[in-house]
Amino acid sequence: MVTRPGKVVIVGGSSAGLATAEALRRQGYEGRLTLLDAERHLPYDRPPLSKQVLTGAWEPSRTQLRSQEHLASLEAEFIRAEPAVMCDAVERAVTTATGRVVRGDALVIATGLRPRILPDQEELAGVHVMRTLDDALALRSDLAAGRRLVVVGEGVLGAEIAASARGMGVEVTLAGFGSVLLGSQVGGRVGGFLTRLHTERGTDLRLGVAVEALTGSGGRVCGVRLASGEVLRADTVVVAIGARPATEWLEGSGLALGDGVECDAYCRAAPGVYAVGDTASWHHEGLDRRLRLENRTNATEQAQAVAANLLGAERPYTPTPYFWTDQHDAKLQVHGLPTPAAETHIAEGDPAQGRFVAVYRENGEVTGVLGWNMPKQARLLRQKHLVGPRNGQPTTTVRSAP
Amino acid sequence: MKITVDEEKCCGAGQCVLIAPEVFDQRDEDGIVVVLEPEPPHDQHALTREAAAVCPASAIQVHDTP
Repeated sequence: MVTRPGKVVIVGGSSAGLATAEALRRQGYEGRLTLLDAERHLPYDRPPLSKQVLTGAWEPSRTQLRSQEHLASLEAEFIRAEPAVMCDAVERAVTTATGRVVRGDALVIATGLRPRILPDQEELAGVHVMRTLDDALALRSDLAAGRRLVVVGEGVLGAEIAASARGMGVEVTLAGFGSVLLGSQVGGRVGGFLTRLHTERGTDLRLGVAVEALTGSGGRVCGVRLASGEVLRADTVVVAIGARPATEWLEGSGLALGDGVECDAYCRAAPGVYAVGDTASWHHEGLDRRLRLENRTNATEQAQAVAANLLGAERPYTPTPYFWTDQHDAKLQVHGLPTPAAETHIAEGDPAQGRFVAVYRENGEVTGVLGWNMPKQARLLRQKHLVGPRNGQPTTTVRSAP
Repeated sequence: MKITVDEEKCCGAGQCVLIAPEVFDQRDEDGIVVVLEPEPPHDQHALTREAAAVCPASAIQVHDTP
């Protein structure tokens, strides 16, 4: 029998941290709860930042995850705008930038990601990243119809930003090292469909080419130089070349840091210390490999497992990975891990009609299911193909008290 | 318990259907959430709360009624 903690400290108040707090209360935890957050804003949702917030379709307040009343009902201590700078995993003590020390019987690490940047990026005005609400608003204020945006990065975030900016009438060029958009997330075939879609909507693509440097004039960015020698002229640049787990504050903490906070199958990094969300690397027992997922669904699903394990459930976390992306009029649902090496088979619908479900197979085994404007059909095929000991359970399902 | 959903926020993940198939479904044409049981019976409350908690778009609201 595991002793329930009397005080839980959650570091990071975004979707994963907040969902952990909520899941603890929902699962009957009545002890003390502290949420420590570097953000000055109330917890908000990130997926709309590169879409509805960037285009202005939503007011920023619409991204707020929970109302003040709901947050108050959690009966937690919220410490905002105070980044954690140091941690002692044995003492389960966290030091913040103001020198405050917060101790708990249990610690949950939910500090998310930090965008990768290019050399000299911070010295030039007009160069953006997209991680926080403030990032999205800053980029939005720098975009206007007729101006030239260069997006660096052909992954999900870069492609979404390019689509949003085109929708605003901005001239967009996207440069990326991969040969198609989202190639490493959805493979060459579907990536090819996306590449065509973006081209049809007027985005100028420079794929299969490395970005060498940003060029500036008078302290402001004016172009992006490619390895091919071409210089893309730009009024604004957004760099979306991936992110690193935000774990620098954990150096010297005693925790194992690899690609994120290294955890066991229960999302536990050390006795009484757990990690959740983008920053957590854990052993997925179903897939029998270490996994770290950067997606919104994992934040809330893993939170359910972490909360249950904090309360003694000893339940391995074995989700079926899932993310979605909206680009122009394409809504993609991606279940499982469709690796670029997998064979793609159109199981339903027709790519030419803009509606289909693709099933990915590797060595005869289904590794992923992707829907293009067919969310329900994709989910049904996921249930048919991706449920089993090798691919995890359909949900993390932690049965809680009614 | 009463459930409301924000169709504009719904991303069509179908996580809610995977967790609580007696309470939620998806539209065939665009995958948007359909509430089968706006006032779910007691034995569905825990699953409904979990579905709302896990929804990656925060599109499901659970309201407690006396």
